[in-house]
Amino acid sequence: MTEHAYLIPILPLAAFFLIIAFGKRLPLKGPEIGIVAVSISFIMSVGIIAKFVGAHGAEHAREISTRWFPFGSGAHLQIGMKIDGLTAVMFIVVTTVSLLVQIYSIGYMKGEVRYTWFFAALSLFTGSMLTLVIANNLLMMLIGWELVGICSYLLIGHYWEEKANSNAAIKAFITTKTGDVPFLIGIFVLFAGTHTFNINAIYHKVAVGDVSHATLTAAAILLFGGAIGKSGQFPLHVWLPDAMAGPTPVSALIHAATMVTAGVFLVARLFPVFAASPEALNEVALIGAFTMLFAALIAMVQDDIKRVLAYSTVSQLAYMMAALGVGAREAAVFHLFTHAFFKALLFLGAGSVIHAAHSNSMRDMGGLRKLMPTTYATFLIATLALSGIPPFAGFWSKDEILTEAFRAGQHGPTHIVGYIVYVFGAITAFLTAFYMMRAFQMTFMGKYRGEAHPHESPRVMTGPLVILGALSVVAGFVGIPGLKSGFGSWLALGEHEVESANYLLIVVSVLLAGGGLVLGSRVYRTYAEVDPLERLGWFHKVLVNKFYIDEFYMAAIVRPIRDRVSRATLWINQNVLDGAVNGAAAVAKISGDGLYDQLDQKVVDGAINGIGITARATGGVLKYLQSGDVQKYAAYLFAGIVILAVLFTRFA
Amino acid sequence: MLSLVLWLPLAGAILVGLVPRDRHSIHRWTAFAVAMVSFGLTLAVLARFNTGEAGYQMVEDRTWIPAFGASYKIGIDGISLFLVVLTGFLMPIGVLASWKVERNPKLFMMMLLALQTAILGVFLSLDLLLFVLFWDAALVPMYFLIGYWGYERRVYAAVKFFLYTLFGGVIMFVAIIAFVFLARTQTGGITFDLEKLSHVSVAFGTQRWLFVAFFAAFAIKVPLVPLHTWLPDAHTEAPTAGSIVLAALMLKMGAYGFLRFSIPLFPHAAREFTPAIIVLALVGIIYGAIVATMQADLKRLVAYSSVSHLGFVILGIFALTTQGLQGGSLQMINHGVSTGALFLLVGILYERRHTRLIADYGGIGRVVPVMAGFFLIMALTSLALPGTNGFVGEFLILVGAFVRNRVWGVVAAVGMILSALYLLWAYQRVFHGSLDKRENETISDMTPREWLAAVPLVLVALLMGVWPKPFLDRMGPSLELVRQRGAQTITTAGVTTSEAQP
Repeated sequence: MTEHAYLIPILPLAAFFLIIAFGKRLPLKGPEIGIVAVSISFIMSVGIIAKFVGAHGAEHAREISTRWFPFGSGAHLQIGMKIDGLTAVMFIVVTTVSLLVQIYSIGYMKGEVRYTWFFAALSLFTGSMLTLVIANNLLMMLIGWELVGICSYLLIGHYWEEKANSNAAIKAFITTKTGDVPFLIGIFVLFAGTHTFNINAIYHKVAVGDVSHATLTAAAILLFGGAIGKSGQFPLHVWLPDAMAGPTPVSALIHAATMVTAGVFLVARLFPVFAASPEALNEVALIGAFTMLFAALIAMVQDDIKRVLAYSTVSQLAYMMAALGVGAREAAVFHLFTHAFFKALLFLGAGSVIHAAHSNSMRDMGGLRKLMPTTYATFLIATLALSGIPPFAGFWSKDEILTEAFRAGQHGPTHIVGYIVYVFGAITAFLTAFYMMRAFQMTFMGKYRGEAHPHESPRVMTGPLVILGALSVVAGFVGIPGLKSGFGSWLALGEHEVESANYLLIVVSVLLAGGGLVLGSRVYRTYAEVDPLERLGWFHKVLVNKFYIDEFYMAAIVRPIRDRVSRATLWINQNVLDGAVNGAAAVAKISGDGLYDQLDQKVVDGAINGIGITARATGGVLKYLQSGDVQKYAAYLFAGIVILAVLFTRFA
Repeated sequence: MLSLVLWLPLAGAILVGLVPRDRHSIHRWTAFAVAMVSFGLTLAVLARFNTGEAGYQMVEDRTWIPAFGASYKIGIDGISLFLVVLTGFLMPIGVLASWKVERNPKLFMMMLLALQTAILGVFLSLDLLLFVLFWDAALVPMYFLIGYWGYERRVYAAVKFFLYTLFGGVIMFVAIIAFVFLARTQTGGITFDLEKLSHVSVAFGTQRWLFVAFFAAFAIKVPLVPLHTWLPDAHTEAPTAGSIVLAALMLKMGAYGFLRFSIPLFPHAAREFTPAIIVLALVGIIYGAIVATMQADLKRLVAYSSVSHLGFVILGIFALTTQGLQGGSLQMINHGVSTGALFLLVGILYERRHTRLIADYGGIGRVVPVMAGFFLIMALTSLALPGTNGFVGEFLILVGAFVRNRVWGVVAAVGMILSALYLLWAYQRVFHGSLDKRENETISDMTPREWLAAVPLVLVALLMGVWPKPFLDRMGPSLELVRQRGAQTITTAGVTTSEAQP
């Protein structure tokens, strides 16, 4: 099974081409190909992870590669796969979510434009992410990374008839691309230091101390730039909420599996590089700590249900980043794993609601509990899971992160960073529970306020909700503290025990989450036109405006470049450079004309426009030619040759 | 063999000339057939090419003008191989793109085919006099293509193109004469034979002058900023086939010149001027991209994107690292395919709406989904999406530049963001948004002839992106020679390189 793991990304990639070629002729118009492909990938993924469950993962880790193209001095760049516990977990996350999203989309996208293309793009998206995950070298990782980026562009802009959607797609692409530049340079720095792109070889060189500390720090910080872009961390988070312009199943895929997790995966994959540099790790931790709180605050005041979830994703990814930053790689990946299920569920649930209510705004919802019972129940499970209420999945992973952060505060290399992550994490846990309960209340409780006639979604949509609901309950059990051969051991290649629980911390985090839920539910039990949070005054305004980050970028970066730098460059181009050419030509012509006319008889009558300063309105080029201009120029030039040749042999 | 490749298009041009004036369909089909046979011949050359050999192959050497020591010497190596194949590949596409030329199609096809011989001559010549002859000969048909079949400002553009390039060519010609003259003591008499001349070592002071003179010709042709101002006009005003040939092939003559002549003949001077040239290349990358972003005319936008992309090519070449040279050479081919395709598509769009202004479109993805798809794919190859040709080339260039100098790599990498920006933005303004202009509602999608022209470009772009090995394997040894030639002087000059080899 492991030997053929390359099929896991290849199948969805092949499905992309097959759907484009044959999709429209099939009874379902395309989704069947993608679903079959990703189902096989999913089954293979299950087979692979089964080998890593239990403590024998190390025996099953594989790295296989083949030559791709020559790279100087007989060296070749490789294309290959690296299968270990981390890959296996990511396979499960990506294929599960992708499979369910594709099934769900059959119902959700029914009758929408470019239906077949949509499924083709979903398959490409899935295959790209799986390529990124399976990569055994940084070049291949970069390939998956960039393909994921372009797929997000295609899917976010799916409804491109609206300019806003198309703008959101470009914004997503360019913002993440901005992060890709440091990422690319980080790869080069690492290459310059290790002379290889191969990940295992890099591990080895780092382990034996072959690479200087400065190189590793620089590489790690630069690589993290890519992760900031892809995983929507501050300050490159701005694309993620706008990415809501895409169809909701795409949002589910982006937010749970195929895009934003790439940044977390990158840091987890290259963790030895980061771990070798406390400076880099601290940066990761602090960016994570800041982003989680920052995004959670914004999430509190959003009225668009998808935007609440989008900021929630930013915040939760920040948890994972912060966990990585305090050295808790297993906890981070564990949270990635559990989060994938309940976040996908939240988005698909939101999609189901939007599908029924024909609006994204929670102000047009309310009272959907009775009308959409399955959506309601599953959304509630996901809310509890995200809030960190035991025994739901999010509780276990979030708690592990907080515990690890606290431990890092006690024993880690930089105590203060560990404690900062813990405190920020604890506050964020409270806020998370609060904003999720707010969303839940506004959407499902009270009376229906909209204009539509909401009803439960079809089975093809509720089926995936139920499956994800079940996963949101049980997915955390694999990582219960103290469990032998639990989640952490799958990644860690060998015997690994999740450290025993710190009951005090558990009590604290449960109290925080519970407090957030209770407060949220009390404040929003009865719907009010004016959001109760407006009592916060100016702070509410700041939050509604998302801390004015977008405005700042517009004013400080986009507008100056667009309106000043670009215009100035264009002006220089037209007036200085081209002007110089035309001017020189005109001068040469005037002086040349004088000379020529006196040496020769007038070949040409009348005024001649400067070398093309104005083209003649009448007469084609043949006339122009016959007028002798070109012969004349040629004559100048050959006269010039003679002079120059003489000068040349004299001086050279 | 190579002579056949070289002269067949010219013979074809004469053949088209023999067809009576009003039989346009025969003109077209004859030209197409000649272009296809010519393409077949270049493929045969590719098949006969001995991979792994660095030197010239299939050399033909005949005395030409014994008095000057000029010979008819042609040959091919890893550097010219794919440029020759690319020339063969693009000509049938150029003919297809010109199917609807109404003004004297006979003369048009003759010009196009004559141009092909001149371009092939540039890539195949191993004699400097022969090279210069073809170099200048290539100007003439292109001058007519722009000046006679171009758009509104065609005369201005044609004259500007002609003078600019002739200016460079003339300076180079002077340098060649001076060089040959100076080298006569070492070569034992006057000779224009490149192979003999490449063993000549020229005093550093003289090298500098000669390098600068060659540079003038090549830098204008590439073009390097600030010598680029002929390019947007020429590209924009030229008919579609002219733009394709200009961008895909004639710009490469400049980059090829650097690889074939400047670096091997004057390595010491090349080394000396490298920082300055790199700065121009980097400025070109950023500057071309910014100016492209601001264009209102779609064709001009693609033209400025060439300035940016050729900056990458020159960066790779003058990084003088194995990866840089490979990337630069590969990117020459890539740019030919991608930008050729973009010009083709813009031309197809123009034929329908007779406007190149971006603002006149909007939302037409709805009416021409296939064209939109082609355009998007080629834009993505142009912005170096992995899996397409552009990625491999730019990646190699960036690695090659980075290991030589960190700053070069970083600046060029920033250029990649900008190229994504102007391409996607242009795509958005043309194909996305609401279809709010009535004239655009009836634009027809691609015809079978247009499919035939576009599909091969897409396939080649993907092939080169997924499987670049066959290309790099054949280019590699010849490029390694160039690198060593450049490096020799580096060591004699006492400067150490920091090149990293995996």
